[in-house]
Amino acid sequence: MNALIARLVAKRLGIMLISLLIVAFAVFFATELLPGDVAQILLGQSATPEAVAGLRKAMHLDQPAFLRFLYWLGGLMTGDLGRSYANNREVADLIAGRLANSLELAFVTTLFSVPIALTLGITAAMFRGSTYDRLVSVFTVSVISIPEFMVATLAVLVFAVYLKWLPALSVANDVHGLGELLRIYAMPVITLSFVVSAQMIRMTRAAVIDTLDTAYVEMALLKGASRRRIVLKHALPNALGPIVNAMALSLSYLLGGVIIVETIFNYPGVAKLMVDAVSTRDLPLIQSCAMIFCVSYLLLILIADLVAIMANPRLRNQ
Amino acid sequence: MTITNPGRKGRFGWHMNAVGIIGAAIILFWMVVAIAAPWISPYPVGKIVDFDYYGPMSSQFWLGTDYLGRDMLSRVLMGARYTVGISLAAVTLACFVGVTLGMIAAVIGGWFDPVLSRFLDALNSIPSLMFGLVVVASVGSSMTVLVLTIAVLYAPGSYRFARALAVNVNAMDFVTVARARGEGTIYTIREEIFPNIIGPVLADFGLRFVFIVLLLSGLSFLGLGVQPPNADWGALVRENIGSLSFGAPAVIVPSIAIASLTISVNMLIDNLPRRIRDRSD
Amino acid sequence: MGKIIEIRDLRVEAKTDSGRVVEIIKGVDLSVADGEIVALIGESGSGKTTIALTLLGHTRPGCAITGGEVVVAGRDTVTMSEAQKRALRGTEVAYVPQSAAAAFNPSKTIMDQVVEVAKIHHLMPLPEARKKAVELFKALALPEPETIGQRYPHQVSGGQLQRLSAAMALIGDPKVMVFDEPTTALDVTTQIEVLRAFKSVMRERGMAGIYVSHDLAVVAQIADRIVVLKGGEVQEVGTAETIINQPTHSYTKALIEAFHPKGRDPDARPESAEPQPILKVSGLTAGYGAVGSDGLPKFVILKDIDLELERGRSLGVIGESGSGKSTLARVIAGLLPAAKGSVAMDGVSLGQRTKDRSKEELRKLQIVFQLADTALNPNKPVGAIVARPLAFYHGMGGREREAEVDRLLDMVRLPKALRHRLPSELSGGQKQRINFARALAARPELILCDEITSALDTVVAAAILELLDELQRELGLTYMFISHDLSTVEAVCDRVAVMYRGEKVEEMPTSRMQSGAEHPYSKLLIASVPKLDTGWLDGLHQNPAISEGMNRA
Repeated sequence: MNALIARLVAKRLGIMLISLLIVAFAVFFATELLPGDVAQILLGQSATPEAVAGLRKAMHLDQPAFLRFLYWLGGLMTGDLGRSYANNREVADLIAGRLANSLELAFVTTLFSVPIALTLGITAAMFRGSTYDRLVSVFTVSVISIPEFMVATLAVLVFAVYLKWLPALSVANDVHGLGELLRIYAMPVITLSFVVSAQMIRMTRAAVIDTLDTAYVEMALLKGASRRRIVLKHALPNALGPIVNAMALSLSYLLGGVIIVETIFNYPGVAKLMVDAVSTRDLPLIQSCAMIFCVSYLLLILIADLVAIMANPRLRNQ
Repeated sequence: MTITNPGRKGRFGWHMNAVGIIGAAIILFWMVVAIAAPWISPYPVGKIVDFDYYGPMSSQFWLGTDYLGRDMLSRVLMGARYTVGISLAAVTLACFVGVTLGMIAAVIGGWFDPVLSRFLDALNSIPSLMFGLVVVASVGSSMTVLVLTIAVLYAPGSYRFARALAVNVNAMDFVTVARARGEGTIYTIREEIFPNIIGPVLADFGLRFVFIVLLLSGLSFLGLGVQPPNADWGALVRENIGSLSFGAPAVIVPSIAIASLTISVNMLIDNLPRRIRDRSD
Repeated sequence: MGKIIEIRDLRVEAKTDSGRVVEIIKGVDLSVADGEIVALIGESGSGKTTIALTLLGHTRPGCAITGGEVVVAGRDTVTMSEAQKRALRGTEVAYVPQSAAAAFNPSKTIMDQVVEVAKIHHLMPLPEARKKAVELFKALALPEPETIGQRYPHQVSGGQLQRLSAAMALIGDPKVMVFDEPTTALDVTTQIEVLRAFKSVMRERGMAGIYVSHDLAVVAQIADRIVVLKGGEVQEVGTAETIINQPTHSYTKALIEAFHPKGRDPDARPESAEPQPILKVSGLTAGYGAVGSDGLPKFVILKDIDLELERGRSLGVIGESGSGKSTLARVIAGLLPAAKGSVAMDGVSLGQRTKDRSKEELRKLQIVFQLADTALNPNKPVGAIVARPLAFYHGMGGREREAEVDRLLDMVRLPKALRHRLPSELSGGQKQRINFARALAARPELILCDEITSALDTVVAAAILELLDELQRELGLTYMFISHDLSTVEAVCDRVAVMYRGEKVEEMPTSRMQSGAEHPYSKLLIASVPKLDTGWLDGLHQNPAISEGMNRA
C-alpha cells in the first residue's frame, strides 16, 4: 500500500516538474517581451555605449534567448534567483520578507475561511431547497459576481469609515500584541475570506449534493440513519476529493491573485512586489515571483490529489 | 413564462422562471446600451460639462459628474461598450478555441489528447491577473492586446470543461454507431458530440464571461486595462475612487453597473429556459 | 395467521419534469401474512418498487403518498413522523437493494456498513453486532466469513455483495424483509447461489417478505403468493402455483407466453443448396491496453476465436459478463483492432478498423446496441436518425429519403408520425425499433445484435424478437445475436456458441441446447436458467450439471 502511494506521489511529482518546466519557459519568454534594453535602463540615459555593451556582455544579454533561458533555469535549480535589476540586491532577499507577509495573510485567511466555507457548503447541501439554502446561494453568487475591489471598498466603507472599528491600511511593522495583529489583518482577511469562501461554498455544496443522490445514501436512509449521519458519515467522505480540489484551487488564489487587495490595503506582499517589478522592468524579480506563484499552485493541487487518493479506498489499496 | 402550442396534446415549448427572465432582461439592456451608446449619450464622453466635480445627481446630469466634471451617464453608457465588448469578444474567442480543441481531443484521443491537456493545464497554473499584468506591461494596452491576452488565459479552462463533457458523450453508443457506420471526425464532432454538450457549454460561456468582466475590471482598476481618455467601468471606478469617502455617484454607479451585469448573467445561467415536451399520451 | 402487512387503497403521485402531476399508484390493496413471502411482479413503471418502499415509509424524490394506509406490524407508516419512520427502518422493516454494488458506500468497510443498523438503533454493543454479522455471513454461505467484513465493497464480487446486503438487512432482526430485484444485476450462475441463500435464511427464520421482480421464473422459486401489477394497479393475485399454471388475467397470460418462446423450426427456412458462409472469424485474439512484446495487449479479452455464420441464418453467442461476447462484436465491427486472427466477409478479409474498410463493406455489416437510450442521439428527431444511413451509404436526399424513412418505420411497425419525436419521447420498445430501423436503413446483410432485448420488459422483448424473425425471413438477413439470456437466443437462433472467459467453449444447434451440451460450463449455464416451475430451485441439488459446474467454477 505504501509502495503504491509512493509511486503515485512520484508520478504526480514528475507531472508537476514537467508543468513547471512549461511554465518556466512561458514566463521567461513572456518577460523577454518586455520592451527596453535592460542594460541601458540599469545604467541610465547618461551611460556610454561602451559601458552598456560591457554590462550586456556581463549579463549574457548578447547571447541567444534560449541560452539565457538555460542559464536562468540552472540558476533556479541551484537556488540562485539572480540579482534585481532595479536596486542590485539579491532577488532572494527581496522576496523572502514579502513572501513571509503573503504567507501569513494566506494562512490567516485560510484559517478563517475554510471552516466557514465547509460549514456553509455542507449545511446548504443538507437542507437543499430550503430558505437557508437559497440565502447561501444568493450570498455566494453575489460575492462571486462582484469585483474584488468592490468587496474591498465596501469593507472599508463599512468597517473603517462608517463603523470606525478597523484601520483601512495595513502596516505590518508596528505590531504590539495579538489584538493589534488582528486589527491590522482584519480588513484584508475579511475581504479575501469573502472572495475565496464564496467559490468554496459553491463547490462544497455541489459535491455533497452529488453524493446525496447516490444509491448508498438512499440505502443509509432506509437503514434508519438520521440526516446528520447520512451527510457526515456517508456523503461527505465520498465528496472529499472534489471538495479538497476546490479548496486547493481557491487557496492558490491567495498568493498570486491578491494584487488588488494588496494594492488597496497597501499590504507588503509578493503580489505587490511583482506589480512594482513590472513597472521597473525588473526581469529577474518578475520571473521569480511568477515561478513562486506557479509552484504554490502546483503544490496545492498535488496535496489535493493526494488527499483525494487517501480518501478513496479504491485508489488507496488495490 | 411558458410558450405553449395549444394545437397539440400535452405541453410543449420553452419555460423560464422569473429570475431567469429578469437576468436575461438586464443582459439585453446592457447589450443594447453597448451598441447604441454613441447615439444615446447626452454629452460627449471626454467633454467637461460641469464646473463642479463629483457633482450629485441632478436633472441636468442624471448620474452626477466625475472628478473632472464630466457627465457620468455618458461615461457609464460608453463604458458599457468597452466592458461588454471586450469581454464578449474575449470569451467568444476563448470558448471557440477551447471547445473546438476539447472536442477534437476527446474524439481523436491518441497522443494528441494527453499532450494538449498537459500543456494547457500548465498554462492554467499561471495566475490570470499576473499574466495579464506582465503582457499588458510589456506590449502596452490596446483593445486587441486585452482581448487576446484574456482569451489565452481563459481558453484552457474552456478546453478542460468541453473536453470532459465530450469524453462522456464520446463514450455513448450512438457515437460508436456513427463510428461503425464509417463517419469521419468532423461529422462526429458536429452532429453527434456538439449538440449534446451545447447546453453546459453555454452555461460555462456565461460563467467565463463573468470572470472576464471581473478580470478586465480588475486590470482597469489597476490602471492596466482600457487607457484614458476612454474608460470601461473598472477604469471609471479607479478614476473616481477619491469620492468614495463621501459616496458620490461617480464611484457608486460604475460599481453597480458591473455588479448588475455579472449578477444577471449568473441569474440567467442558474435559470436557463427549459424545453418542455411533455406528452400526456 | 395474522397479517404483518396490510396495504389499503394506496395512492402515490409523482411530478413530471414539467410540473404535471401523475398518479403512479392507483389504489392498491395488498396483504402479507406472518412468515409469508409475497412477490410483486410487473414491468418497469408498474409501480412495484414504489409500493415496496412505502413499507419503509419512503418515497423517492418527486413522489408523494396521497391516500390510503400502509400498516406494518400494526402501525401505519403513512401517518408516521420522520423520527418514527427512522425507528422503523432497519429494525422492523429492512431493505435489500437491486444493485448492492451501488448501495454499498465505496469508502467504508463492509463490516462498518453491516453493523450500522445496530449502531444507529443502539440494538447491541458493537463487538456483539460484529459477531452476529459473522454468523449471518456464514448462514448466507459467504466465503471467509471471519474476514470478509474487513474488505471494501470493490474488493468482493457482485454475487457476494448481494448476499452481504442481505446480511446488512438481517442484522436488526426485522419482521419484514423487502427485496427489490436483488438478483437482476447478477449472472444466472451467480443468481442461483444468491437465491438459495435468501430462501434458506428466510425459511429458517420464518420471516415475512416482499419480493419485487420482473422475472416470473425467479419469483416462482421464492414466493408463496404473487401479485401481478401493471400501470400502478393490481391485475391478479394468487399463489405461485396458480399464477403460473392457471393465469386468468390477459397481462399475466402475456407474461407467461413471453416466457415460452415458440422455438426455431429449422425447416421453415428455405434450405439453400449448400451453406454459404457470410462471415468467417478465424483465430481471433483481442483485448485492451498497451501491446506487449509478444504482440498481445495487456488485457486479453478474446482468445483464439473461430466462428462461421451462414447467410440467412442466426448465430447466438451466449456467455456471462466478462466472457468477451461484446468485445467479439466490437472487433467484428472494426471498433477494436484484433491482435491476431482475421475477420472475413464473403471470403474477403476485412480491415482491422472501420477506416480501413470500404463503405460497401461497412454498409453490409451493421451493429445494434443493448441500450437504446444511449444508442440514439437524444438531440435528433427519429426521422433524422433513420435518414442518416440513407444519405451516407446511398446518397439519398429529399423526397426519396423521406419516403424511405416512412417505409423503414413501417417495416419496424411504428407509425409514421413518430418521425418528428425525440428519442426521449419514445418507450423502450419503440426506441429499440428505431435503433433497428437505423441498421436496416443501410440495407445490411449481417446485423450484430448486442444484447438488444436485455433492457426491455419481457412482453416488449418478445415482440421485438418476433419482428426480427419476420424481417429475417423477408429480407434474408443474417444475425449474430449476443446475449446472456438463453431463452432469447433460443427464440431466434439456429445455432449457439457458448463463450467462457474469452474462449468459445462449445457450439451446437439451438435445438440440442437443452440436452446436447457437452462442455461442463455450457451445461452449468444452461441448467442455471430458472424455469417456470416452483420446484425448480429446490430440485437443483439433484442436477449433476449444477454441482459439477459449481465445483469447477
